[in-house]
Amino acid sequence: MQFAAQTPRDDAVPVLECRNLSISYFTRGGEVPAVIDFNLKLMPGQSHGLVGESGCGKSTVALAIMRYLGKNGRIVGGEILLEGRNILTMQGAELRRLRGSQIAMIYQEPMASLNPSMTIAEQLAEVPIYQGGVGRQEALQQARAMLERVRLTDCDRLMNAYPHQISGGQQQRVVIAMALLANPKVLLLDEPTTALDVTIESGIVDLIGDLSRQFGMSMIYVSHNLGLVRETCDFITVMYSGEAVESGPVADVFGAVRHPYTRGLFASIPVPGADKNTRPLVAIPGQLPAPGDRPRGCNFGPRCEFFVAERCGMQAVPMVRPQGRADRLSRCARVDEIDWNAAPRTTGNRPAPVIGDVAVKVDALSKSYGRVKANDALTFDANVAETVAIVGESGCGKSTFARILMGLEEATAGSLQVNGLDVAKLPVQKRNRKTVVNLQMVFQNPFDTLNPSHTVGSQIARVIRKLGGTKDRKAIEQRVRELLDLVKLPHDFMHRRPRQLSGGQKQRVGIARAFAGNPAVVVADEPVSALDVSVQAAITELLLDIQRDEKTTLLFISHDLSVVRYLADRVVVMYLGQVMEQGSADAVFSPPYHPYTEALLSAIPIADSSISKRKVVLSGEMPSPSSPPAGCPFSTRCPYVLGELCREKRPPVHEFSATHNIACHLPREQLLAMQPVIAVPSEASDA
Amino acid sequence: MTTALDPTSASSVRSLAPSSTGSRIILLLLLIYVPLAAYVMFGPQIGALKHYVLIPAIPAVLLLYGMAVRAWRDSTIAVIGATLVFFWLLIAVSAPYLPILDPNKPIAPYALPGAVKNGVTFLLGSDLRGRDMLSRTLWGCQRVLVWGITATSIAYVVGATFGLVAGYLGGWWDEILSFICNVLLSFPVMVLFILILNYLGQSGFNIVVAVTISSAPAIMRIVRGLTLDMRTRDYIFAAQTRGEHPLWIMMVELLPNARGPLIVDACLRLGYTTVAITTLTFLGLGLQPPDPDWGLMIKEAATAALVWKFTYMLVIPSIAVSSLILGFNLMADGLRELSLKD
Repeated sequence: MQFAAQTPRDDAVPVLECRNLSISYFTRGGEVPAVIDFNLKLMPGQSHGLVGESGCGKSTVALAIMRYLGKNGRIVGGEILLEGRNILTMQGAELRRLRGSQIAMIYQEPMASLNPSMTIAEQLAEVPIYQGGVGRQEALQQARAMLERVRLTDCDRLMNAYPHQISGGQQQRVVIAMALLANPKVLLLDEPTTALDVTIESGIVDLIGDLSRQFGMSMIYVSHNLGLVRETCDFITVMYSGEAVESGPVADVFGAVRHPYTRGLFASIPVPGADKNTRPLVAIPGQLPAPGDRPRGCNFGPRCEFFVAERCGMQAVPMVRPQGRADRLSRCARVDEIDWNAAPRTTGNRPAPVIGDVAVKVDALSKSYGRVKANDALTFDANVAETVAIVGESGCGKSTFARILMGLEEATAGSLQVNGLDVAKLPVQKRNRKTVVNLQMVFQNPFDTLNPSHTVGSQIARVIRKLGGTKDRKAIEQRVRELLDLVKLPHDFMHRRPRQLSGGQKQRVGIARAFAGNPAVVVADEPVSALDVSVQAAITELLLDIQRDEKTTLLFISHDLSVVRYLADRVVVMYLGQVMEQGSADAVFSPPYHPYTEALLSAIPIADSSISKRKVVLSGEMPSPSSPPAGCPFSTRCPYVLGELCREKRPPVHEFSATHNIACHLPREQLLAMQPVIAVPSEASDA
Repeated sequence: MTTALDPTSASSVRSLAPSSTGSRIILLLLLIYVPLAAYVMFGPQIGALKHYVLIPAIPAVLLLYGMAVRAWRDSTIAVIGATLVFFWLLIAVSAPYLPILDPNKPIAPYALPGAVKNGVTFLLGSDLRGRDMLSRTLWGCQRVLVWGITATSIAYVVGATFGLVAGYLGGWWDEILSFICNVLLSFPVMVLFILILNYLGQSGFNIVVAVTISSAPAIMRIVRGLTLDMRTRDYIFAAQTRGEHPLWIMMVELLPNARGPLIVDACLRLGYTTVAITTLTFLGLGLQPPDPDWGLMIKEAATAALVWKFTYMLVIPSIAVSSLILGFNLMADGLRELSLKD
C-alpha cells in the first residue's frame, strides 16, 4: 500500500529532526557506541521506515527520540529537534508532557504494553484525562470512539475486558488507540507486528496506513522486514552496525539500490521469482562486527564484495549523494563506481534433488485434547528427498502434528506411517532405535535449542553416542568435527558454551545435532523465524544443501509463505487443525486457491517493486479451538462464505490434479476462475 | 584447548569434558570439606592421622577465597559476606595449628578479657569452668561448620531429587511428593527438630536427619518450580526425541541449569541451619559437651552472664555465631545481586 509522498514545502519545518545523533551504552566493559552520527528529517504527514537487523541500533534511535534510554544509555552527541526545539535539554515535567502528547510510541509486545490489572476502558481513559484534562465521562466516550476508529468490533465487551481476555491483534489495536488518543505529532512504531500472525499483521498495517493519512501524523516505522516497510512507508533509512547506510524515497531505494549492504539484503530475501535450484538466495558472508570492534573504515567493508582497501578501509565513510539522485544518500565510498545492475554473485545452479517414494504417510490423523481438536483428519504424503512445507498460523495444529510425529504425543485416531511403521500411537520410548534415529527435529527458538550448561561439542557428542551407536571417543570426536564442517562452523566451537554463540550459530549447531545420526526424516519447526534476514538466508541454504546431499525428507513447518514458496516442493495449508489445501508448491501458489491460501498470499509483504499484489484483507479472529464451527473452520472469516452451507457442513475435497486438492464449498468453476494474487513479471529482476 | 587429536594424551578426553573452572571449584571444596569432616566426625577413628589431615585444606581455603573475591568483585556485599565465611572456614581448618590454649583445659575461671591469671593471658577471658574463651570460640566453629554443611548438603541432595522427580515426571509423583512436603512444611521447624531429636536421640548424625527432614521440602519446592519452567524448553524436547531416559534428562539436562538460584538458596540455608544447630545445642538437644561449641558456650554462660561483669561469656560466642550467619546472608544477597546484573 503506497501513500502519496508529500513533497515538503520549501520553508516547511521538519516535525522531527535528528542531527548527527550519537548514542552509547556504558557497560562494565566500557563505552559501547550503539548509534553513530545518525541523521533523519521527518516532514509533517510522512512515514519513514528504519530498517536493519538486530544490533543495528534502530530501536535505540526510537528510544532515544522518546528520551527513554535506560540507566546506562546516553546520548553522547548531536541533537533531536521536535518542530525546531531541541528536546535533549528537556527534563522532568516538560519531558513528561512531551512523551505521550507530542510523541507516542508503540512497542513490539502488545501484552507487555498494557497494564494487566486495569480494564481497557480505564487505561484508554487515562490518556485524555492526563493529557487533555477532560473529565472521566468525556474520556470514556473518547476512548470508545477511538476503539471504533481502530476497527475493533464488539467494543462494549472490549471496554470492560482486561488485556489478557483479548487476542494479540486486538491488544495491538488497543495500544494504537491509546497512542492516537493523545493526538501526537509523531508516532514511533517499534516492530509493532512482529509478534502477530501474518493475516492479523496485514490488517494492522492497513489500519496504521489509513489512520496516519486521516490524522496527518508523521510516523517512524522501525522494522527488520523490508517488504513491510516498502508497503507502508514513504521514505526509508537502512541501518547497519549503528550507522545509517542508505536513505531515500522508498520506490527509489527499492528500484535502484545504492549500497552493497542493502543489495545484499535484497538478495537474501526470498522474493517471488527466486528458485532454490536455479537462483538460490545469496547470504551476506561474514558477521556483524561486535560494537566495540568496528573496523577502521567502512563498517560493512569486511563483508562487502566491492571492498577496496585504499578507498573503503582507511577512514570513516561519510554519507554522500549518489550521482544523479538528488534525494538519496548513501554511505559508500564507491557509490558512483559500482555497477549496481550487475547480478549478485550466486553460488550458481544447483541440481534438483531426485524425489523418491513415499517416506511419511499421514492418513486421517486426529488428535484431541478433551474437547479441543488440535488435529482433525490430516491426510498427506511426503516423499524421500522432498521438502514438504506445512503452513499455517498459530493455533492451526502444526506443532501438535510435529509432536505426534516425534513421539512426544499420541494421536487419538488415524495413522502416521514412517518407512512402513505406524508411529501415530507409539511414544518415543517404545520406538525402536532405527525409527528414533531416522526422525529428528530442528527447533524454532535458537536460544532454547541448546542446553546452556554444556559445551557445544559435548551436546553433539551425546547425540552421536546415543543414536550412532559408536562408543569410541576418537570416532565420536571425529564425527563432531565432520558435523561442524557440515554446518560451516570452526572446530574450536566444540569447546564453547551456547551463550558464546550468536542466534544463527546456535541454530547451525541445532542443525548439526539433528543430522548427527543421518536421519531419513527431519522436521524443521520454524527454524529461521527467530533469526535475522541475512542469517535466515544462510541457514535456509544450509538446510537445503544438507538435504540434497543426504537425500533427507524435510518437513518444514512455517508461517512465512515467502520462505515456503522458495524452498518447498509440496505445500500443506492448515487452519484450525484441518488441511485446507495441499499440492505442489507451484500449484498452491497459483490459482485455483483456497480462500485462506489467497488471504495468506496477499498478506505477505513483498520487497520487490516489480511485483504487483492483489489485496485481500481478512476480518475477525480465528475461532477458539475449543468451539470451532461445525462446518468449515474458515467460515467465520472467509470473504466468499456461502452462509449456512459453509458454517454447518464440512467442505468437500476438490481434486485439481493428482496431487493438488482444495477443501472448499465453492464450486470448481469459481475456484478455477480466481485471479492470481501475485503477478511476477516474465523477467523478474533482482531488486 | 587442543585441536589436534592426540590418541595417547588425556587432552582429547578433556576436550569433550566439562569446564575446568567448575571442576577446580569442586575439587577445592572437596579438599576443604573432606579433611574437616574426617577430623570432626571421625576424629577417634583416624587416630594419629588427625594431626596432618587438615594441612591440605588450609591452602585450599585461601585459594578458594581468592577465586571468590575475584569472581564477585562487582558486589561489595558478596565480598564482605565471603570474607566473613571464609574467615571462619580458615579458622576451622587451621585451629589445631594455631598458637592458642587447649580449649578443654580448665585453668582459671571467671577471668575478665585481658586479665592475666596463673601466668596465662586470657585475651578474651575465661569461662565459668576456667577454659580460655578465645580458644573455645575459635575451636567452636569447626563443629558448627561441619555439621551445618553436611546437613545442608544432604538436605539438598534429597530435596533436589524429589523436586526434579515431581517437576519433570508430574502426575502421581508430583501429587504424592507435594503432599508429603506440604505436611512437613506445616510443622514449625523447631517443633520438628525437637520431635525428631527426642525420638532418635542426640547426636550429630541425628541433627543431619532432622535438618534434612525440615529443609528438604522447601528445597524440593524451589527445584520443582525451576524444573516446571525448564521442562518445556526445546533442549529437553531434543533429549526426549532422542529417547533419553527420564533419569538422565533430570540429572544431566535439568539439574545443571538450576544451579543459579540453588546456590543463592544454599547460602541462605546454611545460615538457617547454623541457627538451628546452635539453638538445638543451646536447648541441650544437639552436640554434646565437652567439645567447644558456640551453642553450648551460650548455654553454659546463660546463668553466669546475668551478672553484668560476666556478660562477655555470652556476647563473644553470640558475635561469633552472628558473624557467620551474617556472612552467609550477605553472600546470598550479593550472589542474587550479581545474577540479576547479567
